[in-house]
Amino acid sequence: MRKTVLRKPKGFNDVYKHKPGAEKDRTHYCPGCGHGILHKLIAEAMEDLDIVDKTILISPVGCSVFAYYYFDAGHFQAAHGRAPAIATATSRANPDKVVISYQGDGDLAAIGGNNIIQAANRGENIAVFFVNNAIYGMTGGQMAPTTLEGQVTTTTPYGRNVDTDGYPMKMCEVISQLTAPTYVERVSLHDAPHIRKTRNAVRKALLNAKERKGFQFVEVLSTCPSGWKMDPVKSMEWVKEKMLGMYPLGVYRDKGEEAKVITRPVPILEPGTVWEKLGISAEADVDFPRGDVPDEYRKMSIRVAGFGGQGIMVTGQALASVALEYGYNVSWLPSYGPEMRGGTANCSVNIQDGTIGAAEAVKPTMLLAMNRPSLEKFEKTIVAGGTLIYNSTLIDIEPERTDIKVFAVPITGIADELGNTRVQSLVNVGAYAAITGMFNVDHVIELLPKLFKGKSQTIIDLNAKAVKAGFDYVKENF
Amino acid sequence: MARMLMKGNYAAVYGAAMAGCTAYYGYPITPASEVAESAAALFPKLGRTFVQAESEVAAINMVYGAAGSGQRVMTGSSGPGISLKMEGISYCAGAALPCVIIDIMRGGPGLGNIGPEQSDYNQVVKGGGHGNYRCIVLAPASCQEMCDYTMLAFELADKHRIPVFVLTDGVIGQMMESVVIPEPVKELPDKSDYAVFGTPLNKNLVNSIYIDHDELEHWNNELLKKYQNIEKKEVRCEEYRMEDAEIALIGYGSVSRVLRTVVDDAREKGHKIGLFRPITLFPFPKNEIAVLPERGIKRVLTVELSTGQLVDDVNLALAGAIKSDLYFRLGGNVPSADEITEKISELYGEVM
Ligand SMILES: Cc1ncc(C[n+]2csc(CCOP(=O)(O)OP(=O)(O)O)c2C)c(N)n1
Repeated sequence: MRKTVLRKPKGFNDVYKHKPGAEKDRTHYCPGCGHGILHKLIAEAMEDLDIVDKTILISPVGCSVFAYYYFDAGHFQAAHGRAPAIATATSRANPDKVVISYQGDGDLAAIGGNNIIQAANRGENIAVFFVNNAIYGMTGGQMAPTTLEGQVTTTTPYGRNVDTDGYPMKMCEVISQLTAPTYVERVSLHDAPHIRKTRNAVRKALLNAKERKGFQFVEVLSTCPSGWKMDPVKSMEWVKEKMLGMYPLGVYRDKGEEAKVITRPVPILEPGTVWEKLGISAEADVDFPRGDVPDEYRKMSIRVAGFGGQGIMVTGQALASVALEYGYNVSWLPSYGPEMRGGTANCSVNIQDGTIGAAEAVKPTMLLAMNRPSLEKFEKTIVAGGTLIYNSTLIDIEPERTDIKVFAVPITGIADELGNTRVQSLVNVGAYAAITGMFNVDHVIELLPKLFKGKSQTIIDLNAKAVKAGFDYVKENF
Repeated sequence: MARMLMKGNYAAVYGAAMAGCTAYYGYPITPASEVAESAAALFPKLGRTFVQAESEVAAINMVYGAAGSGQRVMTGSSGPGISLKMEGISYCAGAALPCVIIDIMRGGPGLGNIGPEQSDYNQVVKGGGHGNYRCIVLAPASCQEMCDYTMLAFELADKHRIPVFVLTDGVIGQMMESVVIPEPVKELPDKSDYAVFGTPLNKNLVNSIYIDHDELEHWNNELLKKYQNIEKKEVRCEEYRMEDAEIALIGYGSVSRVLRTVVDDAREKGHKIGLFRPITLFPFPKNEIAVLPERGIKRVLTVELSTGQLVDDVNLALAGAIKSDLYFRLGGNVPSADEITEKISELYGEVM
């Protein structure tokens, strides 16, 4: 004769060591509560599927906040509603583990509503057990999103009024609207046959999770005798009579054999390959030899300004990038924000030896003005003895200052002659090189493939011409 | 070449990559978006995790999950997103989980604007979420420091099992400078005593609940000891031309760079002005500031992009020993060096 030995499934701890107080062998749940039954089904399945040693459980906020007392697993205790977010990261960190997000209806459908939907939509490799008891148990019986119409709770003392409180939320229906979830089923704990069905659903979800088949969602209609203020037997009847009509049981999604195995890479460190993978060469930086730079151009604070789309930011970045290769300290600061999206744009570039202080060129030693409003706005800010380069193609007024050096360069015109207005930025760099003596044109051209990484040879060649043209124009005319 | 021109926001992520951060969870927001974008670009190349979360609330809870799984993990945001992260930061502090949070401050309150401000100081430096907790707060003032201090943030986070902020403003996040990329760290600390791995021998629990009043009081006292230890050991600050200074300018982040220019200008005119720059905002360099009067400082002027959040800490440290003034700009405006110099003459005409 077969003998049935009643014992705790291996998915449970022998002793609930995290539980405070003396009663380390029994749960904290009220008599007749559904959580206890579901816990047992999960613990049994963990044993039978041989996943006790690879399960990580996320306990929610709600009556099951202490689920971690009971299961023989790795544990996280989560903030209210955030279990799916924590499960996401835990599962990404440990792609070969079975990660369970165990949640109540306030936790999952109210405060964590978006977290569960987004985790489901990403198809996270997690199994979600969702206890729908139509109430907030932990906090003493307030309305949950799943509370039935007319149901009296401590925050719906006159019964839930759907006109003011909304309708009971059907989470299986919501989740099964998404493409990613693999398995979505609603089950119930109100009698033995249904508990058996719940047992099967729990096993299926955990087996899928073990096989890494994406997102598993099991909604469990469950009793809350204390919250409902009924005895356990009445509670079972209440589920059957009231809840089943609103929450139809059944499978809402089952990809079955078609369920894909979701492989997520185990995050790796491999310090030895990091530089290589990021394209950082281990060779020492070799500076270009500097030419003879007049004193006045050794500490540059440059404002580049013009219309958005005139290559203002690129000009500034190119100046900084090239100067960097001569071993200067450089900074580039954009005027970021709404200004950037239309109208004028400007950036500040500092080039100097020694530590750079303020990043913004409030009092520039050089202004590169690409349009008239920029000239009008910034001419007065140039330091006495400073330098103005302005785009004489577009600017039809004369600068007013007489205490600065002025270079009128038809920047747009030069670029247009080369056949592409967009090379203005490098015309600027060429002109800058000619005026300051800071850059050698050949060095700049040598750097172009790096500056225009990923761009075609045609574009690089065109920009090389632009640098030359800007340089030559200044040399020939000033 | 290890030397690259990059935005501060990028530099932080390079620092993280070199520090062995293997997961990034974030949500975009100007002026911090490039933090998420650079992680999205770099992390997959390294076989590391990048997830754009559904919100900052989700992102920080993912950070909790990853940190509790033993990963070096980070997130980044700006004011409105940092406010949302406060929930999860409190949980990370409560569970003693190490993690790194980048805050590229913008204008507030509310949606404010995307210009630079330093108005997250109080919420970041004083705790911000519920409960008695602190985060270490590092305040870089250059792109190189964004990289280096983000790396350091991971070290400190693991050393003290604490969330660490890298706090700066839109100027530093958005500007580009030369950054020399450091060598990647070779080995990460062993976290098997608390991290959850889900293996037969590891059944750890990551948790912030202590139902018993005495136990929670005890845990809070343990946290307090940790914070006091950090206050003893981890203070960082920088001085510039303070040797014979009579006026000290105090500021952090992008403001400290402007102040540097102010000091240089003033010194050229023969004025004895120096710069004191806190690098850690928690722990705050209170002892270093408290001794300024003994060192010959007669006045301090705190300059910040907030209405007197930093100066509160300065004044606590000075305890009224010398005159302490405040100058601030807001809404995305950054004071120019001249503007501050003018303020100094106005305040201390007799000294100058
Ligand atoms: C942010 C936050 N808000 C509110 C609470 C209070 N709270 C604790 S449990 C709970 C309701 C839980 O109800 P449910 O998820 O349905 O689980 P049950 O207790 O019924 O199993 C609430 C509102 C909290 N802990 N955190």
